[in-house]
Amino acid sequence: METVHTDVAILGAGGAGLRAAIALAEADPKLRIALISKVYPMRSHTCAAEGGAAGVIKPDDSLEHHFHDTVAGGDWLSDQDVVEYFIREAPRELVQLEHWGCPWNREPDGSVAVRSFGGMQKQRTWFAADKSGFHILHTLFQTSLKHPSIERFDEFYATELLLDEGRCAGLVAIEMRSGRLVRFDARAVIVAGGGAGRMFPFTTNGAVKTGDGMALAYRAGVPLKDMEFVQYHPTGLPSTGTLLTEACRGEGGVLLNKNGRRFLQDYGMGPETPLGKPVFKTMELGPRDRISQAFWHEQKKGNAVPTQWGDAMLLDMRHLGEKKIDERLPLVRDMSISYMSVDPVTDPVPVRPVVHYMMGGIHTDIRAATPLPGLYAAGECACGSINGANRLGSNSLTELLVFGRRAALSAIEHLQSGAPPASDAALAGGAAAAQARIRELMQRSGGGETVAGLRKEMMQAMEQHAGIYRNGEGLAEACGKLADLRRRYARIELHDRTNVYNTDLLQALELGSMLDCAEAVVASALERRESRGAHQRLDFAARDDAKFLKHSLAWYGGAGAPRIDYAPVSITSSQPGVRDYSGAHA
Amino acid sequence: MSERRVELEVLRYHPETDAAPRFQRYSVDCREEWVVLDALNHVKETLDPTLSYRWSCHMAVCGSCGMMINGEPRLACKSFLRDYQGVIRVEPLAHFPIERDLVTVIDDFMAKLKRVKPYLIPAQARALEQGEYRQTPAELKRYKQFTLCMNCMLCYAACPEYGLIPKFIGPAAISLAHRYNQDSRDGGRAARQEEIAAAEGVWECSFTGACSEVCPEHVDPAAALQQVKIKSTVDWYLAHLMPWLKK
Repeated sequence: METVHTDVAILGAGGAGLRAAIALAEADPKLRIALISKVYPMRSHTCAAEGGAAGVIKPDDSLEHHFHDTVAGGDWLSDQDVVEYFIREAPRELVQLEHWGCPWNREPDGSVAVRSFGGMQKQRTWFAADKSGFHILHTLFQTSLKHPSIERFDEFYATELLLDEGRCAGLVAIEMRSGRLVRFDARAVIVAGGGAGRMFPFTTNGAVKTGDGMALAYRAGVPLKDMEFVQYHPTGLPSTGTLLTEACRGEGGVLLNKNGRRFLQDYGMGPETPLGKPVFKTMELGPRDRISQAFWHEQKKGNAVPTQWGDAMLLDMRHLGEKKIDERLPLVRDMSISYMSVDPVTDPVPVRPVVHYMMGGIHTDIRAATPLPGLYAAGECACGSINGANRLGSNSLTELLVFGRRAALSAIEHLQSGAPPASDAALAGGAAAAQARIRELMQRSGGGETVAGLRKEMMQAMEQHAGIYRNGEGLAEACGKLADLRRRYARIELHDRTNVYNTDLLQALELGSMLDCAEAVVASALERRESRGAHQRLDFAARDDAKFLKHSLAWYGGAGAPRIDYAPVSITSSQPGVRDYSGAHA
Repeated sequence: MSERRVELEVLRYHPETDAAPRFQRYSVDCREEWVVLDALNHVKETLDPTLSYRWSCHMAVCGSCGMMINGEPRLACKSFLRDYQGVIRVEPLAHFPIERDLVTVIDDFMAKLKRVKPYLIPAQARALEQGEYRQTPAELKRYKQFTLCMNCMLCYAACPEYGLIPKFIGPAAISLAHRYNQDSRDGGRAARQEEIAAAEGVWECSFTGACSEVCPEHVDPAAALQQVKIKSTVDWYLAHLMPWLKK
């Protein structure tokens, strides 16, 4: 097996991975950097983020405001020391992107423009029309081309992390175009592999979001933290799950039930605000978890709007006018017309809540370090945690910048700590074992299970039991189902046994990642007997700080179920309180 | 919900087993509102797991699923079945080597993109503590449309010059170079000129405009190329007729 020797291997070339790579290259041009991704950088799902990135910049705002919005938005499950670091670094990172050419929208005086977002008490979301993630990703990717020390390995799928003496020392990856396995020896590894939304059938997430980075770390003994917190974005197109950004509401769009009522006022987010004059932190500018939950209740009451794709609500943007929609929400208009045949300029658009983001992920600390020496993580795959039980829109694009860079700095500190080099025998042994596992999967016959079949059953179980509202009985059933699916996964049989760009093999491996992550989600959800943020239990309807103001940690249990235990939440200045989106603060 | 049986004719090629590409027919039960990508996914899930193609976002921003659909370069996620009748022929993007089935080798584009220095080369250095560069909405507008390129490479598949002269840097890479040249914060035009004003740079373009016709983002690469030509011509005259102006 060919071995690539590098100083830092980065897994994933989306926003977090690219930011880390650039930070490493800038810190020391002599560092060897391997940027490894299963897709070309510009295909990474960062490109699909629409609304913008939060960072305090305007004189009427303050870091303290951003801190409190984030912590209350996360229902006090965020680590407050990490949030403090995050909001402090946020403006610096957004200015840095501006210096690299990001085409942020501007005020007439040439300063950067900001817009309103859900759960935020001031305007602080930097945006590039409604393609903010796209522009962040391309700015980072293009900037990375400046640095010859960043060596890219595009379309390499990592199958395992390599460990030696309790440290992470590299990884093994399949080169898609040849099918050969390559061993990467690295003194530090940064995982930036993105989320795992594809474990659900109805999601804004692209096909690549299969939790591969999370699963690799998990199997290497790093716990997955707070996996039960899965964010439903309230406004996806019912036909495809395509995201219509929260900026639709930030700009003044409103949500209606079938009677034309702005129903959020009936769920603690009123009183009704004047049309076209959105008020911070209330009504349509409430947080995503509350709005998605309100829709669920409307549906139960029979107030939803029926469509051929199921129940929906209406997102009405007509009063914004064509000019504003074209200037600030051009993608939204294009998507609505293309995939729903509805023009938001003339008609309200049917939307419904859709799986969007994993608050949970690889257990990391304020330095983006995991408990496994030499292993760091950043972006959606990591849980630091700033998002707690519910992420505020526009915090995640900033998060991948702040913690992408932080992971790079921590990796450099690790290199400088003088850890001895890993033993070649240990890495060779790990690589040989990884190769044997792939070979076994490729050659297996008589198993009878298919990738598409198991994937469908997994998605159904997640949709049915791990959605907006959950209960103990359903979650227990889902745990049983996931255990069964993981057993049957061992009997999967590939139809394609060739080497070049074998997507049958790739999808089988991705399914393995999703099954492991999905099991961590339902096992953590079953044990959390309270309702907090995006985790709502019909059988435990209240938040229970006495028992559950703590992070869930799911530890990989091999063929068996994960073990769940807990870690404390860091509280610096904000004691748990009431999340108030009634407009009373205004 | 109305259903429809769609006949797909998909190019298959596997370098390990096939001497030459061939076509394979699939009859696929589709929903009327589906895009071609949905039909391919349905094939992959229910009829033939060996079919390989790239895709991810299903919303025309990631640029993965460019392919020839009935001979036209298109994103499969934005090609609606309702716009096609009869057999739909799906092939890999023209002018690129086939890696397998609908997957092409894009090394050539990736190398060219890097060559044109598609990143900001600041006209004036600025420290982070000084905050953002000022840029008015009008200045933003001068380059904004060229930032929308998602590197889907439909323009290369449409470009007759690229088909004939593979050394041609091509529409997307030149548009992205032009994007930075037009940016009020940038001072790197001279550094980019040696690539884009070279023989295989902008002068290979014969202005058929095919690139702009197929661009899903309306980047209008043809406009970028013509603007580069005009600026390069002005450079030439200034250098030859008024050499004292040369820096």
